[in-house]
Amino acid sequence: MSETNTMVGTKEQFLELEKIIAKYKDTQGALIPVLHEAQEVFGYLPLEVQEKISEGLNVSMAEVYGVVTFYTQFSINPKGKYKIGVCLGTACYVKGSGDILEKIKEKLGIEVGECTADGKFSLDATRCIGACGLAPVLTVNDDVYGRLVVDDVDSILEKYMDL
Amino acid sequence: MKTLSELNQIKESKQAQVNLREENFGLVKVKVSMGTCGIAAGAREVVKAILNEARKDNLHNIQIFQTPCMGKCDLEPVVEIHYPGKDVITYVHVKPEMSERIIKETVLNGTVIEEFTK
Amino acid sequence: MELARAHVLVCGGTGCTSSGCEKIINELNVNLEKYGLTDEINVIKTGCFGLCALGPVVIVYPEGCFYSRVTPEDVEKIVEEHLLKGRIVKELLYSETVVEGQDDVKSLNETQFYKKQMRIALRNCGVISPEDIEEYIAFDGYKALGKVLTQMKPQDVIDEIKKSGLRGRGGGGFPTGMKWEFASKSVNEQKYVACNADEGDPGAFMDRSILEGDPHSLIEAMAIAGYAIGANQGYVYIRAEYPIAVARLQIAINQAKEYGMLGENIFGSDFSFDLGIRLGAGAFVCGEETALMTSIEGHRGEPRPRPPFPAVKGLFGKPTVLNNVETYANIPVIINNGADWFTGIGTEKSKGTKVFAVGGKINNTGLVEVPMGTTLREIVYEIGGGIPNGKKFKAAQTGGPSGGCIPDSLIDVAIDYDSLISIGSMMGSGGLIVMDEDTCMVDIAKFFLEFTVDESCGKCAPCRIGTKRMYEILEKITNGNGTLEDIEKLKELCYSVKNGALCGLGQTAPNPILSTLRYFEDEYIAHVVDKKCPAGVCKALVSYKIDPEKCKGCSLCARNCPVNAISGEIKQPYTIDTTKCIKCGACVEKCRFGAISK
Repeated sequence: MSETNTMVGTKEQFLELEKIIAKYKDTQGALIPVLHEAQEVFGYLPLEVQEKISEGLNVSMAEVYGVVTFYTQFSINPKGKYKIGVCLGTACYVKGSGDILEKIKEKLGIEVGECTADGKFSLDATRCIGACGLAPVLTVNDDVYGRLVVDDVDSILEKYMDL
Repeated sequence: MKTLSELNQIKESKQAQVNLREENFGLVKVKVSMGTCGIAAGAREVVKAILNEARKDNLHNIQIFQTPCMGKCDLEPVVEIHYPGKDVITYVHVKPEMSERIIKETVLNGTVIEEFTK
Repeated sequence: MELARAHVLVCGGTGCTSSGCEKIINELNVNLEKYGLTDEINVIKTGCFGLCALGPVVIVYPEGCFYSRVTPEDVEKIVEEHLLKGRIVKELLYSETVVEGQDDVKSLNETQFYKKQMRIALRNCGVISPEDIEEYIAFDGYKALGKVLTQMKPQDVIDEIKKSGLRGRGGGGFPTGMKWEFASKSVNEQKYVACNADEGDPGAFMDRSILEGDPHSLIEAMAIAGYAIGANQGYVYIRAEYPIAVARLQIAINQAKEYGMLGENIFGSDFSFDLGIRLGAGAFVCGEETALMTSIEGHRGEPRPRPPFPAVKGLFGKPTVLNNVETYANIPVIINNGADWFTGIGTEKSKGTKVFAVGGKINNTGLVEVPMGTTLREIVYEIGGGIPNGKKFKAAQTGGPSGGCIPDSLIDVAIDYDSLISIGSMMGSGGLIVMDEDTCMVDIAKFFLEFTVDESCGKCAPCRIGTKRMYEILEKITNGNGTLEDIEKLKELCYSVKNGALCGLGQTAPNPILSTLRYFEDEYIAHVVDKKCPAGVCKALVSYKIDPEKCKGCSLCARNCPVNAISGEIKQPYTIDTTKCIKCGACVEKCRFGAISK
């Protein structure tokens, strides 16, 4: 068994994964329940976790990967504790949400669809959320921030960094 | 649980809950007048006593209502019993101790207790 | 639970939960304690009452008071005034139940919303605590299972269900009894009973309410089905987006096992049955029966060709009966009351009732259950309380992305499986979205196609490619670049996809287009020929104008325009530069003089 990959998960998490695999080993159609529980433990389903599941359940990696990418609930990329959504609908875009998106990317060092290394923030570009009067708009989990300028990004991110 | 009769037993023991939530007109309705004068005269204790008596006898067919002041303030606490098929029976100056007879005689059988009506 | 003087039922459906019913229950408990009432009064969290527009909902028995839009702040008043002093809090009552000048309340069954309803599948929702098996038993729960196992043979059960005329409530409308009979006749040592609780149609929440409000009815029905066809194992496939339903069903399964309603030798018979939950993972196509089974088997949810049908070769290759939640919810009642009772409800070919999730531009949004044959008019104007803001009814969409619309000219259609198909729609699972004059039917078709394109599994070319091409044409039309040839091409594509697709998703994806073309072709023509959107929805075909007669020059619109497209001088009429305007509508909202129009 290879050394625990600390970039992906802790030793405890991988032990947990082994327990999950053992629990379902003899169940028919075990793959999806195992993926659900594994995602609960790790927060997402990186390739390393998929490989372990593939070995443990004796299902080909192609099959596992195929299933993970088919269903929207399964994520190959980590999601942060705080999910940032920058609206790129027309009104927001024209008011400079593109610049705001760039600023966030620069500050956090991640691209759209990615997550920061500490797992705190993940970034998505969303469709119009209907708050055009507040353009440009970004959301952090359920909180909505509107009428933004690029300089606001710092204070918003700081608020969550302190939490 | 292995038999239909056991199932029935559970059903019967929960029957009181069923009756309370259905618009069931075959039940005996006991209405106790509340409002400020009722409470001042001790209507809350009457209600609790009636409820306790009903529990003791494991009654399934009773609905207890607290109503606003019925207007008979000098006769409080007032209890009305609506027994299906009979005229409304009104008891006045009701005390908690009277609840045992009210349940056993009026609620269960529909018998009017004359001295309670005065 | 000891006999209580009063029961306070709090709706615990998902809608009311997001509106804060937990806080209300908390406040109730705190206040009951404060006023010394905990011994006499029980607080029960139930399933959905159905009138979601008025949530959070609290009903107090024995009076039957329906308190609506209750906030945690209202609770103390309810406890002090009603529960302690007997004075019903009139201002919190559902207005239709208030009786002027009296302390009584009008029975819920006499209100517009409930009067024409007949709650069979929803019989226990809002009445019992879904987490207490004994309450289910008190309302005749598990009596049908007992009857079936002690007094009926498997073929008797199948005959009774066939006689009842029950048809699949998931949308297909296939006779349930016949399906069970096919599976029963298949010879195999291992058979399965499965339940489709994937409910993917946007706008549908019938199954969710039954799972959250009355999970035991599903368990009982599946056990009955297992006995009828000879299966000892069942699976419920629930979409992962329904966490409350999953939790309640698991609690119910555990309780059923504890009480011997699941497991070995149920009711002392030779019949044993076990039930497991399988979660979906966010794929609409898994609501299709073969895709669902493929998903339970642990694969990508791709459909399989039929034949072989699931009743012959289904889950894990074994004979399987797969039915919808609502179909199952009807089974115990049919067994208890008899097939003849059931056939007395509904129309000639569609027996019983149907649950609809009524949403969109309608006053009384929520869950309703009506006998088959009820007209759309009754649902929209009587039960639904009509269209808000005095707008005109335009159409009602049934069947979600697989269905079609019913225009005003057909509002008196008696709703049943066959009548809806004859007018180009379908029953579907029960989502019913009402639209008014401000809805653009081309935009609606585009909306449904966007959904279908996203959810297509990709296995067969007609659906994978066809839906995308249809969507692109609709985009072209709503952007003002469509031609009459495009409409012809669209129709051709619809027929190709309908006939060539492997499964129901692809086969029914063209329905919204075909249906809107059938009844609203003039709107398509307007988009394509006149380059106008009659409903004023499609942004590319809409332009905003300020009426100089009405404009007071207050500049409020200009200050709120996100792109500075409005200009003018104070106290002079302002104008909109249509080349800059992005049609967000912010100016219309802000204008206090109604001077801006589309």
